[in-house]
Order: sequence, then structure tokens, then C-alpha cells
Amino acid sequence: MKPAPFEYVAARSLDEALAALADAGEGGKVLAGGQSLVPLLALRLARPDVLVDVNQVAGLDRVVVDDHRLVIGALARHRAVELDEQVRRAFPLVSAAAAKIGHVAIRNRGTVGGSVAHADPAAEWPALLLALDGEVEVASPRGRRVVSAGDLYAGYLTTTLEVDEVVCEVRATLPEGRTGTSFLELARREGDFAIVGVAAVLAIEGDEVRHCRLALSGVGSTPVRARGAEELLAGAAADDAAIAAAAREVVEEIDPPGDIHGSADYRRKVAGVLVRRALSAARDEIGRMVA
Amino acid sequence: MTEPGTANARAARRVPIESVRPHQFVGQRLRRKEDARLVSGKGRYLADLVVPGMRHAAVLRSPVPHGRIAAFDASEALALDGVDAVFTGRDLLGKVGPFVEGGRLEISPVFLDKVGPEVKPHAMPVLAAEDVHFVGQPVAVVVAASRYLAEDALELIRVDYEELPVVTDPEAALAPGAPVLHGHLGDNVAAHFVVESGDVDAELDRAPHVYRGRFEVGRQASNAMEPRGVLATSDDGTGDLTVWCTSARPHLVRTFLSEMLGIPLDRIRVISPDMGGSFGTGVFSEDFLIPFVARELGRPVRWVEDRSENLLVTRHGRDQVHLVEVGYDDDGRILALKDRFLVDAGAYNQYAITVSYNAAAHARNQFDIPAVRLEGLNVLTNKAPVAPVRGAGRPEVTFMMDRVVDIVAHETGIDPVECRRRNLVRPEQMPYHAGIPYRDGVDIVYDRADFPAQLSQLCDLVDYAAFRKEQAEARREGRRLGIGFSSYMEGSGFGPHEGAVVRVDTNGHVTVYTGANAHGQGLATTLAQVCADQLGVTPEDVTVRMGDTSFIPYGIGTFASRSAVTAGTATGVAAGLVREKALAIAAELLEVSSSDLELEEGTVRVRGTPSREVSLGDVARAAAPGPRSRLPAGMEPVLEAEHYYVPPSVTWSSGTHAAVVEVDEETGFVRVLRYLTVDDCGQMLNPTIVEGQVHGGVALGLGEALTEEVIYDATGQPLTGTYMDYLLPTTAETPPITVAHQVCPSEVNPFGIKGCGEGGAVGPPAAIANAIVDALRPLDVRISRVPIRPERLLELIEVAKAGSAHDGGVGALEDGGAGSRS
Amino acid sequence: MSERRTVTVEVNGERRSGSVEPRTTLADFLRDELGLTGTHLGCEHGVCGACTVLLDGRSVRSCLMLAVQADGCSLRTVEGLAAEGGELHPVQEAFSAEHGLQCGFCTPGFLMATLELLSESPQPSEEQIRSHLSGNLCRCTGYHHIVKAVLRAAETMRGDVAASRA
Ligand SMILES: Cc1cc2nc3c(=O)[nH]c(=O)nc-3n(C[C@H](O)[C@H](O)[C@H](O)COP(=O)(O)OP(=O)(O)OC[C@H]3O[C@@H](n4cnc5c(N)ncnc54)[C@H](O)[C@@H]3O)c2cc1C
Ligand code: FES
Ligand code: FES
Repeated sequence: MKPAPFEYVAARSLDEALAALADAGEGGKVLAGGQSLVPLLALRLARPDVLVDVNQVAGLDRVVVDDHRLVIGALARHRAVELDEQVRRAFPLVSAAAAKIGHVAIRNRGTVGGSVAHADPAAEWPALLLALDGEVEVASPRGRRVVSAGDLYAGYLTTTLEVDEVVCEVRATLPEGRTGTSFLELARREGDFAIVGVAAVLAIEGDEVRHCRLALSGVGSTPVRARGAEELLAGAAADDAAIAAAAREVVEEIDPPGDIHGSADYRRKVAGVLVRRALSAARDEIGRMVA
Repeated sequence: MTEPGTANARAARRVPIESVRPHQFVGQRLRRKEDARLVSGKGRYLADLVVPGMRHAAVLRSPVPHGRIAAFDASEALALDGVDAVFTGRDLLGKVGPFVEGGRLEISPVFLDKVGPEVKPHAMPVLAAEDVHFVGQPVAVVVAASRYLAEDALELIRVDYEELPVVTDPEAALAPGAPVLHGHLGDNVAAHFVVESGDVDAELDRAPHVYRGRFEVGRQASNAMEPRGVLATSDDGTGDLTVWCTSARPHLVRTFLSEMLGIPLDRIRVISPDMGGSFGTGVFSEDFLIPFVARELGRPVRWVEDRSENLLVTRHGRDQVHLVEVGYDDDGRILALKDRFLVDAGAYNQYAITVSYNAAAHARNQFDIPAVRLEGLNVLTNKAPVAPVRGAGRPEVTFMMDRVVDIVAHETGIDPVECRRRNLVRPEQMPYHAGIPYRDGVDIVYDRADFPAQLSQLCDLVDYAAFRKEQAEARREGRRLGIGFSSYMEGSGFGPHEGAVVRVDTNGHVTVYTGANAHGQGLATTLAQVCADQLGVTPEDVTVRMGDTSFIPYGIGTFASRSAVTAGTATGVAAGLVREKALAIAAELLEVSSSDLELEEGTVRVRGTPSREVSLGDVARAAAPGPRSRLPAGMEPVLEAEHYYVPPSVTWSSGTHAAVVEVDEETGFVRVLRYLTVDDCGQMLNPTIVEGQVHGGVALGLGEALTEEVIYDATGQPLTGTYMDYLLPTTAETPPITVAHQVCPSEVNPFGIKGCGEGGAVGPPAAIANAIVDALRPLDVRISRVPIRPERLLELIEVAKAGSAHDGGVGALEDGGAGSRS
Repeated sequence: MSERRTVTVEVNGERRSGSVEPRTTLADFLRDELGLTGTHLGCEHGVCGACTVLLDGRSVRSCLMLAVQADGCSLRTVEGLAAEGGELHPVQEAFSAEHGLQCGFCTPGFLMATLELLSESPQPSEEQIRSHLSGNLCRCTGYHHIVKAVLRAAETMRGDVAASRA
């Protein structure tokens, strides 16, 4: 289990990285934490001609919480996010999700940008971004652009980014006001990719749901937003009945794939269970804030 | 040469139990001698060994489950810089004999006579030359300057396969018209036997109730953390072959090498360095392939498998289907057991009836069942060969039997612990004759044991009554907790023999050489404890050396919970013989009668006159050949003794396990909260080490119960080729494990030892399944397959719920097949 | 084939160099170039944790890093745990005392992961230990004695710290 040969460029700046990628064309690949890419290299499932290592590019690893906004540099490690006190206070679902990525040694290396770009439909970050109205800022020799999370994912392990584009920053927002969140997942073992994961964001005004975002991992070839359920909940009373109805709606609207860890049918069922639990937890969090 | 297992040797070597000295170090929780090295990164595992000029091999494996090699082209690979050679199956024809891994050597004539199994021999080529029968079967080997290059070359080899029809399910493989794997066998039955005791059909007729069911145990892979490897060097001048390999059976590898490569035994030295576990050992194609290519090329070659290769071929086990009929009465007493079971042997049934008969021999468990009939079939399919993996047939059959007891309890409305107790063999029935022979042909007689006491001890340990209260409270909070039990027997200390040479050097330091071979069990410590007691030294004075055919002429190796029993006994006896010799020589030196002498802590003293003493080193010097020798007349020089212990049959260890689980009814997820065991492995050499064995076994059994399975799709492609898909339990899934002991010393060997290597792995599938069923009561969820995947459990729960909704009663569904009661 | 490069690292306090292809993993570099075979390879795809080393104080899978990426970094491997005179580190000592190892193949990885855990949380709960070490597989021990070993090491190290403060 040894990688096939490749060229290696250690970029010291973003421009260097972009130039190297542009040179490499289709055969180029960014190397960030390597926690997804290196196993693929070892198994010879990925065979890039040139690896452009961005680990030495300075300034891409900040983690900033600014009121309802979260800004994370692409090179921030999962572990840094997990342990960040500000994130824990303002975005508890992000801390919770980050702590569920692999194991400590994986989180010490794996990066947020890598995870977002790798586009594993079972991964935590892509679902988080969908639930948090997220966006990514990407750079290429053509300049910078911002892609919303909703426009980022094209298919299994595939984004809409061009081969010469580098993710620089990831941003997420929570709605203002009384907001509760939750991130839940089912994995066979601690640290495994989830069979199904749910990120839920719920904002309540009076007794009514003002804003709801529900994003799921493991139930499609990309992370999936449960728009039907979100619409059902919007404007509804945040009671058990409404939450149960939303969960049923999720079961209807998703079309999960099956594999040895869970059939399509199973994923559908437990997605409903997790959505119900996540929404209830988010609501209870709001309840606790008021209390 | 005669093997030491012959009747002659047997008679000559019987040891009187009276000569055994009392235990001083045996039974103590001594720290392991091997630790300091291993925690410092100074272990020497196979991949750490480097020989000057060494090249690296990689093996090309069949990507098709059944096919004929139509064309082979390695020219591109050979053209790659740094590639030395590519060998195919054709290159080996006429040079390397085919091999039958385990079975041939292990069936005793007595057994053949008594049971008369049908075993159809079929050898496996070291490299497939024509047909391939499973994904992962070796078809070629590349030798190159580095493993990286060797893997580059593998990608450049082109093999065209003509694909043949595939069968992956043992029942389908038995059906008429199924593709036959090895034409000359006629069908896919590789082995078959029936054993019985009592009149099963009559008992079933008489029984007030009969339960019919089907139980399945999925394919588990052994997964030693160290991948397997081989390093071979061949001396250009002498032709001597030295092979290092991760095998717990170096002597067996040597025997095979000699036969298959046509090299005299004494020109071959096989060394097993530090091993990173085993859990199912044996001999593999690469053990011959790598020495062969090293000889052909005249340079040292090393091969280390990667984890994907390991998951493909290195020791799959289990994979059984049991179809049972059980007669029982209103009191929950089991009257008859009929079990027809299939072992999915994969493409080559390399171990004859080892696993299947092991299952049969352990089916009765701790239960007194008046009539049993066991029929085992090893069936060939296009999957990797199945071989003994820790437990080897015991976990499978124990899962079946302990589920049956639980089902009978439920059907009769008796508490599961009570029902279990009613069926146990009682102490007054000891020695208990099981009515069938063991695999060595000797009739099974349970060694000293008290099963009801064992169960009671465990119930106290878990506090069964308190748990039932806790369970009821949890239920009120909507949490589903359950408890489940399993008991088992562990025939251990399998023969035919194991030897030890104990030698004292002129500094008084003692070395034990044995043919058993540790791969984590701490034999270097436990054998030193045995030796110290019997010789009269301290364990610090003793070094245990093993894993090298040059140390001792015969060796069997370590597997089947055998080494503490066999090598332990051999070491103890040999040490006792050395002691006697030392006393005789000291008597000469001190000019007293040897009966006036005592040997403690390495010093021989005249009893009552402590000032008159000689050290063991002095004695050893007096035993050296030459003019200064002070040996009694006629005594051979060197302070040493050799003993081969030939056990009359196995000893019977036993154990009872309890699992406490929590089930998430909505997702089918299971958490094991606590795990408790009471085992009886006789006289423990080192209780801490015994506990470690139990813990490790339990974790392996937990994997079998919940997460681990080698999965093939219907076309014969394996789907579990990485650790992302083959799920070993981690610290987070493995609960704290409470281990307690019941000590009933064995009567089979002089030191009272019973084996303890596998029991831990035997109980968990049944205990956990029973606990899940218990957690879900009053729903009647019937688990009859492990691993219990959340998905399947959720289905069972839903069907059980639907059943209750329909008829207002309790729904039932048999997992994996039809179950019925009459 | 891509050209070889020189990699220089500080391992266990010592400056070491070697020449590698870019594709060489850090694990292979440590083992084959530097002869530090205490770091083991159990899976080479990031799951088993046998290859865990500390990179600038943090645990990483050495099978999931390229040697070239470690150029200029400071590494600690199992060989660097014991004191100069050979006295075992409290974590090593505790693993032996509690029988936290059997075959020893997984052990270096566990030791390194434990070292990181105890540097972050000197008084970890059992649950914390089980979570932190969930990235290291052991087939022999069932983890029970490993958890005990970590608790013991934590206690010793706290004692050592207290003693050095006193
Ligand atoms: C045992 C194990 C368990 C794991 N469990 C989980 C889990 O439960 N959940 C989970 O989400 N992940 C898991 N991972 C993966 C881990 O989180 C990875 O860190 C992550 O998926 C990828 O991030 P990386 O920085 O390591 O990216 P890399 O491996 O370096 O790269 C991954 C891909 O993204 C591309 N890429 C990386 N950075 C950028 C960038 N800035 N711009 C554009 N493209 C880029 C690369 O070219 C490559 O194609 C696990 C990994 C292992 C080994
Ligand atoms: S060898 Fe690196 S994680 Fe297994
Ligand atoms: S001690 Fe053997 S794998 Fe952990």
C-alpha cells in the first residue's frame, strides 16, 4: 500500500500554490491535511501527477467568531476548531461536529478546507455549511470568487470548483435572535464516518419557528438540505407534532444510497429519527436559554 | 526419526505428579519480562528486519473470484527500472509442490477410526497457474528494489482471465447444478462427518416441545495488528535456507518447506521474530513463495503484506450456518439437540475438519443433554479459505447453543438464568462423559469443574437481582437495558506434543528453549515462572527462547490455547529433571547424599547446615565436559534436560459470561455497557496475563457480535478491504471488563493447568445477542445471526412490533431464516 | 520518476537527514531511512494508529504524512520516551505495570497518543481516555488494561509534577 510516484511542490504562498496548480493542469492536486488524500494515494485510488502542498501558506488558518458569523481559514485544523472556546459558545453544533471527525490524530492534521473540498457526502463539514447558510471563498489565477454551500456540491466527492481553484476560507452564519442548534450522527464506531448525520438550526420567535435549516450527511451523493421539512416548519409552532411531521417529511424527501454500513431504507428511517431528535434538542436549547 | 508423539515415547515420558514442587512463582502476578523491550520500540517484528542486499516482493492477486488465466504479460513490469523478476504459477510448476495447510497433519488415526469423516484432499497451488478460485488468490510475485517499486510493477502486469461461474453461498454451493470449484472432488463438499450420542430421533419424538431454528455466524477476519511477512535468505555456497516469518508454527513451516522445495530439513532454519498477534495462525503460500524466489534469485527477499491483502486472505474464520432441532420439556430441560451445520470453507478447505469438528466437540457446552447428533459439512465457495480463528468453531456453536437455551427459557416462561442452571452438568456428574470423541480421537471427558457454582459466582458478580431493578427503572425512563449470558467449554492444550529444553549455564543462568511460540501471550514470563518453581531459581534467572527451529528439534507452536498447558508442562518437567541432575552433582561436590540437599533461589544447600552450599553455577561448571568435570559416574555432561510433554488429550477449561447492553429501539444501535466473566482455567500461571487473555478475547468476540464482518457481494467481490469497512472495536466501543476466576485445577497434567487463550472470544456473540433480546422484552425479537447490524436489528424490532399490533400478542421473527416451534 | 529530496528533521532531540522520493511516507522515512522501527505500520491508511508519532507535540499518523512534509519539523517517537540512562517514561512504566500490552505492536502508537492526552489533560476521566485513544486499534488487550495504564501514568505524572514543584 504505497503511493504511485508524483511531483511535489511545497507552496509558500497562495500565489505560488495557484501558479503550481495552473502549471499542473488536470494532473494537479492540492495537499492540505492529507487525511483523505494520502489514504487514496496509498490505495492508488488517486494518482495525481503533481501535489501542491499548501500547509506552509501563511494566514489561512484563522478561526474567527464575529457575532453571528464564523470565519474559518481553509487550513484551520479540525482539532483547532473543536477546541476553540468562542466557537464552542457561539456555534456549539460546530464544536460538536468537529469533535466527531475521525480521531484526535486525524483532527490534528485534517483541515476544514480539505474536508469541504473533498466533498464526502458522509462528512460533517459539508452538512454543517449547508445548515449554516455557508459559503466558501476560492482563489484561482482568475481571482477570487465566493460560492455558496448550496452551489458547491456536484456529486459524490465532487465539487463545482475548477481544478486550479483553491478554497481559502469558509464562512457560516447563524440567524439572529433565539436560535437553537444541534448536530447528531449515527456512526458504527467512534470516529467513523456517519451512516447519517443531521445538522439542525432552529430560530424561534414567540412560539413560532422563524427560521429552520436542516442538512443531512450520508443520505445522498452530496450533503443534502431537507427543504421540504424546513418549509413545513417555517411559521409552524415548534411543538412535538410539528417536529414529528418534519421528520416524516425528511423520510419522504430524501433518496439515500445504500452500502454495507446501511441500506437506503435504513438510512431513510434513521434520518427521520435523527431529525426529530436534532430538532427537539435545538428547541430545548432555546428553552434553556429563556429559562 | 520418530515423532515424540508415538506410543513408545508416550510411555517413557509419563511424569509422576508427586515429583511436582509446590508453586511459588506460579500464580503470581509477575510483570512481564518482554515489556521493557516492547514499550521502548525495541521489539523486532518482521518488517523491522533488514539483511544486506535485501530486495522487496509484492504479490499479484486475482481480482476475479473464479476464472482461468488466459494470458499473462509481465514484460512492461520487467522493463521497469529496479525490478528484478516476476514469477508466475507456471514458473513454479515442478519446482514448488502444492500445499495443504493444516488438516493433513492434525487428524489422528484414532479419530479417523472412530468418526470416519469424509475428507477430500485438495491442495492449493502456491501461485495459481491455471485456475483461480477466490479474489486475493496469489497469481504472481514481483521482486524489486523497494516495496514502492514492486507495487509500481504490479500495476504493469497484465493478466487476462476467462471468468467462470461463481458461487458464494454454501447452501447454493450444495444445490444441484452449482458450479463445482475443484472438478476432481465431484461436488463442493470438502469434508463431512456425523457424530452422535444417545438416540436423538427418539428423544425428539418423546420431547413435549421441539424448537427448530437456524443460526448464522458471519465471517470474521483474525486481524493481528501486525501484517504478515516473510524474509528469506539462501546461502549461495551451502544452500542453507534461513526464513523469518510471522508464523506461530516455525517447525511446521520448516517441514513444509522441506517437502515443497525439496530441501533437507537440517538445511532449513525457520525463525519467528516478535509477532504482533496472531489469532488464527498457520502457514501461507508466501511462506514458501518468498524462500523459493530468494533461492532462485540468490538474494535475500522480504515480503510484508499490506492491510488490504491481510483483510483479503489472512485468516478468515467462522462463516457457519446451523440448522437445529431441539427437544425440551415444560421445565425447560433440553432433551435432544440435532445440529446440521455448514462451514463455508471458502475455496480451499485447508484444515480438513479442524474447525467443523471443533464446533461439534463444543456444541454440548456446559449442558447435560441426553442425546445429541451433530453433522458438519465443509462446503467450498469462491471466497478466501476459512481457517481456525481464535475460538475456531467454539464461538459459532456456543452462539447457537446459548441462544437455544435462551429461547427455551422464553418459551417455557422460565427466567433465563434459572433455565440455564437447570440444564448444566452438575458437579456430581463429574467426570462427565460427553459421548463423542475429541479431535484427537480420545473420548471427551470434562475435567474437574463446577458449572452451577460458576454461574452463581457470575450472578453475584453482576448482582443479577439489582440489575433487574435497574432495568425496570431504566425502562420507565424509556431506556432499554438488557442482560445476557453465555457459557462455554474450551478444550485446550491440544497435542500432539510440545517440548522444552532447560539448560543452566556456568553462571547459573537458566535458559528454556521451547517449540511453542509467543505472539503476545507472555510465555517468556509464564514459562520462566514454571521453570523457576520446578528448578529452584527465581524467574529473573530464567530466559525463555522460542520461535526458532534451531533451538529444539520438534515443535508444534502456539494456537488452540495450548502453550501454557503443553509447553508449560514440558518446561516444568524438564526443569524438575535439571533439578534432580543438579542435586546429584551437588551431592558429589558436597559429599553428601542428594536427599539431604535442597535447591532454592539458585543455591544448593545441605539441609540443616546452611553454610555448606554450592551455587547452581558451580554445579553447572562441574557438569561441563572435560578434566574438571565432577559428574557422578555415568552421567552425561551439561546441566540440562529435555522433555516432550505428550498430553493424553485436551484439558477442559470453561467460563460463563454476562453482557449488559443498552439498545436504541429507534435506530437498532447497541452499546455494551458492562461485560463480566468468570472463567476456570485451572491453575493460573499468572492471573494478570490470564485476565489480559480474557479481555482481548472478549473484545474480539464483541467485534464478532456487533461490527466485524468480511462481506462479499453476490459476485464474489469482497467489500471490506480496508479498516474503514472492516470494523474492529475501539476503546470507545469496548466496555470495562470484569474478570473473576474459579479455580479447578486440571487433572490431566501435573501442574493443573488449563488453557485460557480463546474462551474470552467464545462467549460474547451469545451473551450480547441474549442481552439485546432481553433489553427488548416484551417484544419477541429473535436474533439468530451475528454480527448484529443495527439495520437488521431495527428490522427485527419493527417486525416484532408489527406482530404485536396485529394479533395483540407477541410477534416473532427469526433473523436470517425460518424458526418454528411445535 | 520524481527526483529525490533531502529531508531533515529533529527526531527525539537529534537532527537527522535522509533522502527520499516525494511519495515516501513519514513512517517509511522513519523506519527505513532513519532505522527508527519502533513506529509500526498496521494499516497504512490512517485507521489503526500504530504509526502515531508526535509532530511538534501533536499526535499525527506518520502513514498519512509525506516525509517531505516533515522537513524542518520536530518529531518524537517511541524511541525517544525513555530517559538517557534507559529509565522508562512513566507512560511506558505504567503500560508495563498494568499489563497494557501483549504483543506490543500497537503499543508505540498508544504510548504516543497517551503522551499527548496527558499533556492536554493531566487528570483525564476514563471516558476521555477511551475517546482520545479510539483512534488506536489493539487486537490483543481488549483495552481494559490500557485504560488502567493511562490512569496510572496520569497519577504518576501528576505526582512527579507536584514533587518537582514542592
Ligand atoms: C481514520 C479516518 C477517519 C476519518 N473520519 C472522518 C469523519 O468521521 N468525518 C470526516 O469528515 N472526515 C473524516 N476523515 C477525513 C478527514 O476529516 C480529512 O481531514 C478531511 O476529509 C480532508 O481534509 P484534509 O485537510 O485532510 O484534506 P486532504 O486529504 O489534504 O485533501 C482532500 C481533498 O481535498 C482537496 N483539497 C484540500 N484542501 C483544499 C483546498 N484548500 N482547496 C481545494 N481543494 C482542497 C485535495 O486536493 C483532496 O482532493 C477521516 C480520515 C481518516 C483517515
Ligand atoms: S499505519 Fe498509520 S494509521 Fe495504521
Ligand atoms: S498489544 Fe497486540 S495489538 Fe495491542
